[in-house]
Amino acid sequence: MDIFIKIAGALQDWLMNGMGLSVTASELIATAVWALVAILFILVNLIILVWMERKLGAFFQMRRGPNRLGPAGFLQFPVDIVKVLGKEDIIPAAADKPIYKIASICAFVTTICAFAVIPFAKGMVLEDLNIGIFYFIAIGSTATLSLLMAGISSNNKYSFIGGMRTVAQMISYEIPMAFSLLGVVMMAGSLRLTDIVEAQQNMWFVIPQAIAFIIYFVATIAETNRGPFDLAEGEQELVAGYFTEYSGIRWAIFFIAEYGNLVAVASIATIMFLGGWNAPFGLTFLPPFLWFMIKVYCMIFMFMWVRWTFPRIRIDHLMHFGWKFLIPVSIANIMVTGIGIYVYRMITN
Amino acid sequence: MLIKYAGVVIIMIWGIVFPAILLGLSKLFHPNNPTPTKLSTYECGLETQGETWVQFKISYFMYALIFVAFDVETIFLYPWAVRFQSLGLFGIVEMFIFMAILIVGFWYAWKEGALEWM
Repeated sequence: MDIFIKIAGALQDWLMNGMGLSVTASELIATAVWALVAILFILVNLIILVWMERKLGAFFQMRRGPNRLGPAGFLQFPVDIVKVLGKEDIIPAAADKPIYKIASICAFVTTICAFAVIPFAKGMVLEDLNIGIFYFIAIGSTATLSLLMAGISSNNKYSFIGGMRTVAQMISYEIPMAFSLLGVVMMAGSLRLTDIVEAQQNMWFVIPQAIAFIIYFVATIAETNRGPFDLAEGEQELVAGYFTEYSGIRWAIFFIAEYGNLVAVASIATIMFLGGWNAPFGLTFLPPFLWFMIKVYCMIFMFMWVRWTFPRIRIDHLMHFGWKFLIPVSIANIMVTGIGIYVYRMITN
Repeated sequence: MLIKYAGVVIIMIWGIVFPAILLGLSKLFHPNNPTPTKLSTYECGLETQGETWVQFKISYFMYALIFVAFDVETIFLYPWAVRFQSLGLFGIVEMFIFMAILIVGFWYAWKEGALEWM
């Protein structure tokens, strides 16, 4: 699977020697091309994910799911996208138009930006920043803003309540999420995602950090606004939450951003806890990139399983669970990890 | 140093360009005949009543206040976590002092009922 890196090298070489560009310019162009490839890759994944979500949801509820277009209804989502392109773009007269228009683009930008630091395999990363995981958390928290923009600018009571709930929920669960990743950072001693994966060659961090992994899993379900924590868009009470007023392609961009977020948090879970591209039990016959994707899809399967199995919980239960259970447990986890590392180093030295 | 962040800026630009292309593509296809009823605020078929942008529940604001305190703590904890292994005993003691301050604040907020959903 070094083929991607070789192509990237060849492209940069060609730009430098063939076209006579400077090193910086050719690097920038190569990065731009790979960024586009990354975006398209995510979109292709999206088609599989939406199909998987519908089929799994149907399976868990003993239905058939989509089964008309293409083999086992696989072409349903591409056709839906084409349909959505032809839908009228309705902007309510009462809405705050500039904010209403840019809210969906903001949601997409924050989702895509998260992929800048995610290494899919050794060397297959757009920018291997030395503050990788910190950058991811920072970008993740700005996602709240776009949803609040959508909720408030729609000038609709459902949207407004949905937007407010999203903010309350996302900021509450961001703290346990950041704290749970802290334990991994302490063990790896680096914020760079590539280093964190390298540190897991002998043992995945899910074993010593099992509690952190569960906290991260629960917190990210809330962060991505998926069931059972999808109060922000609870259909029975709020119609569709913050995007009640959105229609056509603007709604579709929100939808794409939501699934992109799901891929991003599953990738981070893979990198931080499940050993990234490292093959389990020395099964190296599959390329690292494929191992990475298999792990990401296993995580996404877990997210979908939880979504279609548990009923939605009440908002006061949600907030109490976040503040009164997850945060104390995650703080305790950091302290135990700290003492554990210190004792371990004292024994080994 | 800053050239390392060029990729972030580039992907951000793609993130803006890509939805813009989708919106432009949609503009070519979609019909456009707005009517007053179509543009009215959606509320299950009834006329909407009263203001939407009103003063909202205080409990949301309380959560936001505690969040700010906690999030700043998180930012301080990350550099500490990176250096933790080389700091040794000093790192542990520092952590307990820092966490104690954090927990006292958390306990106070809990006691005062800021974490209750009313």
